[in-house]
Amino acid sequence: MTAPKSDLPQGTLDLLILKVIALGPVHGYAIAQRLEQVSRGVVQVPEGSLYPALHRLENRDFLAADWKETETGREAKFYRLTRKGRKQLEAEAASWQRLIDAISLILGMADGGAR
Amino acid sequence: MTWWKRLWRRKKMEEQLEKELHFHLEQHASDLIASGQSQGEAWREARLAIGGPEQVKEKCRDARGTRWLEDFIQDARYAVRTFRQQPGFAGIALLTLALGSGATSVMFTVINSVLLKPLPYPEPERLLTLHEQDQATVYPFSYLNFLDCEREIRSLAAMAAMRNGGGTISEPGEPEYVSGRQISSKLFSVLGINLSSGRAFLPEEDRPGASPVVIVSYRLWQRRYGGDAGAVGRPLVFNGKPYTVVGIAPGDVQLFGDADVFTALGQNTEPIMQNRDVHPGIRVLARLSSEVTLGRAQAELRVIARDLAERYPKSNEGHTITAQPLQQQIVGDVRSTLWLLLGAVSLVLLIACVNVASLLLARAISRERELAMRVALGAGRGRLVRQCLTESAVLALSGGALGVLLAAIGVRPFVAFWPGDLPRAEEIHLDWRVLLFAVVASLVSGVLFGLAPALRAPARELEQALRAGGRTVVGSSRRLHSSFVMCEIALAVVLLVAAGLLGHTLLRLSSIDPGVDIHNLLTARVALSPGALAEPGTMRAAWRDLLDRVRQTPGVQSVALADLVPMDSDENLIGYSTTPATPPANQITLSLLTSVTPDYLKATGIPLRGGRFFEEQDGIGNETVIVIDEALAQRAFADRNPIGSRLWVQFLGPAKVIGVVGHVRHWGLDADDQLKVREQMYFPFAQCPDQFLRLASSAMSLVMRTSVAPLNAVEAARREVRGATHDQALYDVRTMEQIVSGTLAQQRFLLLLFGVFSGLALLLACIGIYGVLAYLSRQRVPEFGVRMALGASSFEVMRLVLRQSLGMILVGVVLGVAAALAAGRLLGRLVAGVHPAEPLTFTIMVLVLVVAALFASFIPAHRASRMDPVSALRQE
Repeated sequence: MTAPKSDLPQGTLDLLILKVIALGPVHGYAIAQRLEQVSRGVVQVPEGSLYPALHRLENRDFLAADWKETETGREAKFYRLTRKGRKQLEAEAASWQRLIDAISLILGMADGGAR
Repeated sequence: MTWWKRLWRRKKMEEQLEKELHFHLEQHASDLIASGQSQGEAWREARLAIGGPEQVKEKCRDARGTRWLEDFIQDARYAVRTFRQQPGFAGIALLTLALGSGATSVMFTVINSVLLKPLPYPEPERLLTLHEQDQATVYPFSYLNFLDCEREIRSLAAMAAMRNGGGTISEPGEPEYVSGRQISSKLFSVLGINLSSGRAFLPEEDRPGASPVVIVSYRLWQRRYGGDAGAVGRPLVFNGKPYTVVGIAPGDVQLFGDADVFTALGQNTEPIMQNRDVHPGIRVLARLSSEVTLGRAQAELRVIARDLAERYPKSNEGHTITAQPLQQQIVGDVRSTLWLLLGAVSLVLLIACVNVASLLLARAISRERELAMRVALGAGRGRLVRQCLTESAVLALSGGALGVLLAAIGVRPFVAFWPGDLPRAEEIHLDWRVLLFAVVASLVSGVLFGLAPALRAPARELEQALRAGGRTVVGSSRRLHSSFVMCEIALAVVLLVAAGLLGHTLLRLSSIDPGVDIHNLLTARVALSPGALAEPGTMRAAWRDLLDRVRQTPGVQSVALADLVPMDSDENLIGYSTTPATPPANQITLSLLTSVTPDYLKATGIPLRGGRFFEEQDGIGNETVIVIDEALAQRAFADRNPIGSRLWVQFLGPAKVIGVVGHVRHWGLDADDQLKVREQMYFPFAQCPDQFLRLASSAMSLVMRTSVAPLNAVEAARREVRGATHDQALYDVRTMEQIVSGTLAQQRFLLLLFGVFSGLALLLACIGIYGVLAYLSRQRVPEFGVRMALGASSFEVMRLVLRQSLGMILVGVVLGVAAALAAGRLLGRLVAGVHPAEPLTFTIMVLVLVVAALFASFIPAHRASRMDPVSALRQE
């Protein structure tokens, strides 16, 4: 946990949340933990913005929510992806991939010159 | 979920949000406890990690999208609650706003009904009025020109003519003089009016010799026939001639004033109707064909007029025919007065807004701590601005609602008070446009006065504000407050100076000599016995008999007839020249022509300057004689003696000038100097040619000099006038004093309103100054305490406060005088007789304001000087 953490790039929080929820219905605390684990503590997920982001996505009908019991018998709000949300995830992931490709291409050019 | 569902289930959503966050914190804490932390520490860290549960909740609520509405409702409720806690503040603010918006709404109601709303006819935008016109003058139509024009025009769907033609109804019922109109057959169809029963005139009834038919007004039908459905087809004797009623006009029809009897214009066989040279007051209305523009119709009218001028050069040379929208014509010169008043009233509203703004600002500053607390609890800057604006909007809308209520009560008295005839007055009432205007005006003013405190609200350092406790820090607010005061003073100066200019104008005009001795002078129109109207001989005899009878009336010293009452709005312009040759059309000199009987000078008190006035021997068959006024003598004869010279006068031919009399300010005390045609000419009624006698007789007024108060002589005169046949009526009775003061009615009315407005403005400005100074002085209490403790006398403290207020007042006065100069120029253009820049008026009005403002600031200054330095210091 001593590695320097980067801030999450603008607009990527929504994408990450959608990706995590795409794996199956999950509640807010689990999303926070999953994000923390998956990003191996490198990316700082501001917990304070998690819930506003969830509510925003629910509001735009990318997410739906149900109140269900957890394995410990507690009632929690479980989020799942809607059809619209899945499309949004695919679109955002694709555009993110294009961005990464473009950036690494530029970085590669500067690094090794013409290959 | 739709937004209204989310709003509806707000409470449930709040619970779920709470539950969700609680679950998160609990899970996090239990994980931390599992990893070995103490319970308290685990909860603390969980809360820190999420960044404050309340702040997160706020952000989640923002994400809902219905936030603004929820907040608005919440803020509105909160605002109402706080206003109820401060009834004094809320009461003053509401009253101020209600007065401001009430006055504005009244003005807008009138403007809306008179200027903006279309006329109450179908497709009113296609209705036109037509006039004949040469370079100098606009004329009503001559009848033959109307007939030619109507026959030839293609771009107008229909044309109609009408002319005043009142008279005496002698059957059924008692003889009574009623106002009437002679109309061409298409008048009702041009306007698109359906008769309430019966029919309009047929084209073949609109001709000489057709069977006499009449349409009566709804009022007359109720009054004389008791609303009997069988009235159509019944006889009516009008001006001694039997008519048949063919139709009943609907109740609300207004054709340039009320009329009770409509006869066919084409059946009028007076010679004037067949003379192209005479323009016997015929108004022409027309309806534009669909898909024809006004421009094309105007072009066609010009062509027709040129054609007529070629065919009838003697009468029509240089004449053209113009058309303008009917609404423009009806509204006429009321337009500028109304906009002027709306402008003045808006200034009052603006002052009211500034006042409320400064009240709200003072309140916002004392609420600083509350606002800081809100920020600490997670409110964003935008949220606070919204809250402040909501509060002012609530205030403004309730003020506006009260204002509309005031307007609903006040608009009738206002209209009743209007000098002369306000066109379309019967149509004035509140409607949705007024409500819309009131709502928009209130909201705009709400934003105006809410903005200053709103923008200021979160500007301060949180910590400082919280730590400052109840006491607050004055600083930039002082500048804002004093700029409010300056604005108010400046606006009040504008209104006060405008009122002053009007007052001064009125005083100056009232002291002008009108040229007539206006005391104990009575004028009245007379309707001659219908039986006497048959031929010239009987008409002359009837007039002679009438004069003899009235002369016998107790209280009447002398009496005369005149077809123009001095300073009445009527006119009778006629061309004259000093040579027998007719000058070209554009060089004709015009004069007012009045036909009078010999005692006219004695009755009116117009002074004789030279020669003699008419005598009994100046009758028909003798040499044609005229008397001219000083203005005409100056214009036509310059330094030569006019007596005994000749003038060639239209219709009269060569006439000998036998006397010169004083000039009468016929066009009103205010406007007479500025008009092109000021010359006046009199000729003996006894010499009136037979062909014009009927026309002249219908225009005759009695002019009576009385030895008692003029209105006391009316009843006796009315009895005498009835005559042997008991069917002659006196109507339109007015004293000369009433007529003269009527010419100043516009100025007097404006002065009254501006007086009220500027008084209101002065009052509001004084309240504003008082409030601001009281507030600022309270803020400076500790400073004054220190000063007094260091030896300042109470007098010096007072001077300190007064100096502060004087500074604000002076800046306001300078700004206000600059604005008032511009306003004065506007006033000078719109109101006759106003001189835009009168130093004396400016000085007096500014002094009034400064004294009142200083008086208002004296109270807080006095209070500041009276305080006890020890308790003032303790407050620190």
